Amino acid sequence: MLIPHPLLGPRDAQEFTYLGDAALMQRPDPQAGEAAFADYVFQRDNPAGVHRELWYHEYGDRSWLVVTRDTTTHEILGAKLARNVKMGLPE
Amino acid sequence: MRFSGFKVVKEALTGHRGWKPLWRDPEPQGHYDIVIVGGGGHGLATAYHLAATFGQARIAVLEKGWLGGGNIGRNTTIIRSNYMLPDNEPFYEFSMKLWESMEQDLNFNAMVSQRGILNLCHTDAQRDAFRRRGNAMLLAGADAELLDQDGVRAMAPFLNFDNARFPIKGGLLQRRAGTARHDGVAWGYARAADQRGVDIIQNCEVTGFRIENGAVKGVETSRGFIGAGKVGVAVAGSSGRVMQMAGMRLPIESHVLQAFVSEGLKPVIPGVITFGAGHFYVSQSDKGGLVFGGDIDGYNSYAQRGNLPVVEDVAEGGMALMPMLGRARLLRMWGGVMDMSMDGSPIIDRTDIDGLFFNGGWCYGGFKATPASGYCFAHLLATGRPHETAAAYRLDRFARGHVIDEKGVGAQPNLH
Ligand SMILES: Cc1cc2nc3c(=O)[nH]c(=O)nc-3n(C[C@H](O)[C@H](O)[C@H](O)COP(=O)(O)OP(=O)(O)OC[C@H]3O[C@@H](n4cnc5c(N)ncnc54)[C@H](O)[C@@H]3O)c2cc1C
Repeated sequence: MLIPHPLLGPRDAQEFTYLGDAALMQRPDPQAGEAAFADYVFQRDNPAGVHRELWYHEYGDRSWLVVTRDTTTHEILGAKLARNVKMGLPE
Repeated sequence: MRFSGFKVVKEALTGHRGWKPLWRDPEPQGHYDIVIVGGGGHGLATAYHLAATFGQARIAVLEKGWLGGGNIGRNTTIIRSNYMLPDNEPFYEFSMKLWESMEQDLNFNAMVSQRGILNLCHTDAQRDAFRRRGNAMLLAGADAELLDQDGVRAMAPFLNFDNARFPIKGGLLQRRAGTARHDGVAWGYARAADQRGVDIIQNCEVTGFRIENGAVKGVETSRGFIGAGKVGVAVAGSSGRVMQMAGMRLPIESHVLQAFVSEGLKPVIPGVITFGAGHFYVSQSDKGGLVFGGDIDGYNSYAQRGNLPVVEDVAEGGMALMPMLGRARLLRMWGGVMDMSMDGSPIIDRTDIDGLFFNGGWCYGGFKATPASGYCFAHLLATGRPHETAAAYRLDRFARGHVIDEKGVGAQPNLH
């Protein structure tokens, strides 16, 4: 799989490590209570189809990306810097 | 039709005209007492034990494809009970004991072969961990032996003992572990369940649940609505997809695991050998093919195929462990979708929806669990209480902080 890195262009997925669903960026409020944190840590949507997920460019520029990928075909539909996604910036 | 040596001879002498299909192909009825979703090993074993062990009747197994098309026909056939944690080991040892009697119980040759499994260790720390795990196994009534380097050498002289990074220092051996013919296991349970009146309905995909006032009333399928008193879901890699139709999210991610088979060779490998440090394990089938694999690819996937980096990783691990592997040609490779749970351990439990039960989260190790998973899921469905060896496999264990994490890596499925 080739990941279209927004700064570096297409990079081999082997340069990255995989964390999981990009929803992990939405950490609950510290006061949200145990149930909210149990849900955040353990429950997953696990969709068959389009999935937004976190990849870390460990053997590269060490940036976190939000990659959009189809879990039924492995087709990669796009990638953005996680930092920009979090801050609501374009790209 | 009973299988026996006499029957084989008789058929050989009369032109093999007396063999019959192993199970019927019935039309679905409008209502069953118990509907099992998923005709893999676990669904079929559950139906068998419901009928044979717990005296239940009016049972159907609904399978979207054909029997043996899922992970039951894709795994590398290893059976073992070499776990450590007290919530796991008694369950897997119960399963091991069921393997030892299942062929007689089912009157079916599933080619269960107790040829042993050897886990290799490379450091003092790893040997200590193996000693501890072996003791935990002994406490649960399983068998375990710690081998030193000479012991391993006597069993498998062809291994690369002096690898610079991972020299082999010894191993943990379970002699009663081994392999079984995976699709034969599905066929054996299917035939025995069918003989006890279970309707096995293939090409019947469940597309939704009918839930009224918090209770399940039946399932919508590609062959129409089928009413049910209770519904048990055992769909392995499809767990997320199917339970979503009941409005549930699960502590599970789906991942792809690949496996490989070489051309047929003369017997070279005595049992199952695992090289965990190098992400490689291998056994030899009765046909002679070397059956081997490694880690999951590591990203969410519902595609029943993986990518080349893992192929390279497995091949490298294999070459590091047994250089003679380089002479063998690869015949086939394939992938299956794993229901990776958040602690690496399975779930056999009721849900918040009355009458709806869930079995899943088997990760890459559910084949060995097939007999006990079927027994324990049937126990829960029939009696309403969990079986004593599966009492910890609850859905709410994550929220309660009672995770069963053999590897101790946390809620990160691609590390289990
Ligand atoms: C490459 C590989 C190697 C493995 N090696 C081992 C090993 O050595 N030892 C070991 O213990 N385990 C191993 N496993 C794991 C083991 O195969 C699985 O954990 C186990 O088979 C899962 O249970 P099952 O047999 O019921 O699954 P499956 O056979 O996958 O059964 C699930 C069934 O549900 C059906 N289904 C899905 N959705 C629906 C629907 N909507 N309606 C109706 N039916 C549906 C599917 O078609 C499928 O037939 C391996 C797995 C793989 C892929």
